[in-house]
Amino acid sequence: MTITDAPKIITRRFDTPDSHTITRYEETGGYQALRTALGSMSPAQVAAQVKDASLLGRGGAGFPAGVKWGFCPPGVWPRYLVVNGDESEPGTYKDRLLMERDPHQLIEGVLLASYAIGAAQAFIYIRGEMALAQERVAKALNEAYAKGYIGKNILGSDYSIDVVMAWGAGAYIVGEETALIESLEGNRGMPRLKPPFFPAAKGLYMQPTVVNNVETLSNIPWIVSNGGETFAELGAEGSKGTRIFAVSGHVKNPGVFEVEYGVTTFRDIIYAPVYGGGIRSDRALKCFIPGGASAPWFYEEHLDLPLEKATVDKAGSMLGSGAIVVMDDTTDAVAACLSVVKFFSHESCGKCTPCREGTNWLEKILRRILDGYGRPSDLDLLMDVADNISPGIAWPPKQTTICPLGPSAVSPLASALGRFRPEFEAHIARAARAEAASAPAQAVGLPGGVA
Amino acid sequence: MARFSPEHLETAREIIARYPRPKSALIPLLHLAQEQDGYVTDDAMRHIAELVGVTPAEVLGTCSFYEMFKLHPVGTYLVNVCTNISCMLCGGEELLAHASERLGVAPGGTTPDGRFTLEEVECIAACTEAPCLQVNYRYVTNVTNDDFDRLIDDLAAGKLDHEVPPHGTLARVRQHIPADRTAGIVPVAEAAVEPAWMHANEAPGAGGDA
Repeated sequence: MTITDAPKIITRRFDTPDSHTITRYEETGGYQALRTALGSMSPAQVAAQVKDASLLGRGGAGFPAGVKWGFCPPGVWPRYLVVNGDESEPGTYKDRLLMERDPHQLIEGVLLASYAIGAAQAFIYIRGEMALAQERVAKALNEAYAKGYIGKNILGSDYSIDVVMAWGAGAYIVGEETALIESLEGNRGMPRLKPPFFPAAKGLYMQPTVVNNVETLSNIPWIVSNGGETFAELGAEGSKGTRIFAVSGHVKNPGVFEVEYGVTTFRDIIYAPVYGGGIRSDRALKCFIPGGASAPWFYEEHLDLPLEKATVDKAGSMLGSGAIVVMDDTTDAVAACLSVVKFFSHESCGKCTPCREGTNWLEKILRRILDGYGRPSDLDLLMDVADNISPGIAWPPKQTTICPLGPSAVSPLASALGRFRPEFEAHIARAARAEAASAPAQAVGLPGGVA
Repeated sequence: MARFSPEHLETAREIIARYPRPKSALIPLLHLAQEQDGYVTDDAMRHIAELVGVTPAEVLGTCSFYEMFKLHPVGTYLVNVCTNISCMLCGGEELLAHASERLGVAPGGTTPDGRFTLEEVECIAACTEAPCLQVNYRYVTNVTNDDFDRLIDDLAAGKLDHEVPPHGTLARVRQHIPADRTAGIVPVAEAAVEPAWMHANEAPGAGGDA
């Protein structure tokens, strides 16, 4: 069992009930990274530490944060920092905890990132449904203003910035960074076409904007305090540091665990007693989602893969948002597939036709198969619709849409149909049998009525 | 009452002042309207339009995109049951069916006494504590049928009033930026200069390890 003694970085205060207060935060080293940075580091040096850490974005796409910061065109002002706290991918449960239990750690990360990139203002965009997270972040911001950590001439330096809490109102698509920017401008949360412009060049108010995930920014204080190279000593070649994984579904001990990247395997996190604890009732594993609802499914043969981006990418899926959903052998693959497809169909923003229409039809066809009204031609029809959303149905997916939401509905479908096709066929055969059984009643009185 | 009350109007102005462009305050202001009236009224949208300098149609355009904004009255308690994959695997659909039976309404419906509205919702980020639900956006996790019945009884008896405010109220703590601490929030065009600190600690001997 490869469970490491790597330090907990972002969840280290979670065990104390008052971890969200400024008193506890300051007592446990809070705001020391900010003092160090303002006292002795230039913005470029802070950015260099984050680059040295090779900190991958923790939102889903896994793009290196330090590199992202570097994309802001030089000499164009103002720049803005936007925090993506719109966590809503099914299975994903980490950013809410980070905001509820350690809001000051996030705020310190925001202050350090804004110092490094030269942001004129920062916005913490929190999902609308997360009332407690909003409460804790609002209180933390008020405390930090009162103590001089945010605002004018922070800790007596030249560094001045306002950090504003903004919040959504129920739309998964707003987790896509350009949709989030639209939402923050007061519009419908629909993604922007890109290229030509990415947020780093033209984002909020068409100004250079860095959009970072809550977990990503929560790592920054530790990196600045301990050094990017120290951070990079943890983890594996392509994935440095630690990562929060939420293990849910059919496990004995569902939970949220911070583990070292690359060393821990899926088998560890699903079966180890300190993590998932194994499949409930000791049943057999059927499949698991390795990185959120939009990730292709994994099976028994993938259990020994390490939790590391490059390896998982190569094996045909992704670590995505750190959401591992485990299904045991009692699970109906068609029902599970429908559940995930239904989510994307519901959350499609409606901007691109292949996604708006396609995900809706995928849901309807899957529902009729599951309900016992499927037709033999339905499986080809599903793949045809899917191919119109994501040509070739390959991994990584291609798309006929502006953002990856549509193709995200195709991944679970391709997984379920690829591996569990007989289950779909069994549901369809059930429909055929029901039709055959009802035929004689309709044929009563007809000469030569069919049996 | 549908336009902002004097007290809410003051809050609305404070929120607008936090953004480089007033329209950015639209979603927070719609939440404020919903907090005041329990849902978003036409008059509130007109008032918001006046405050941020857009048309009422633009306010409706934004408002109608987001699921949390209700254009018609809902129950005092909005009960949102999750049926996404993690909850579905652990009995979320069965919980929704039970909720529907207990309250006597289908998902989307409101009880005749106007107390409860039931909704089937997408993932609410409590996947390791499935099945889960929210009442007015407060979490209840690992919910059994008995738990659900008790919850409804307690809500109806007013026993949870201190934890669950009426529909529309989100955070009960508001952000306030003290006038003497603000860095100064200005329109985009007025911020088009390099920030003062961009070359801080660069000079040799300033303590940097460049």
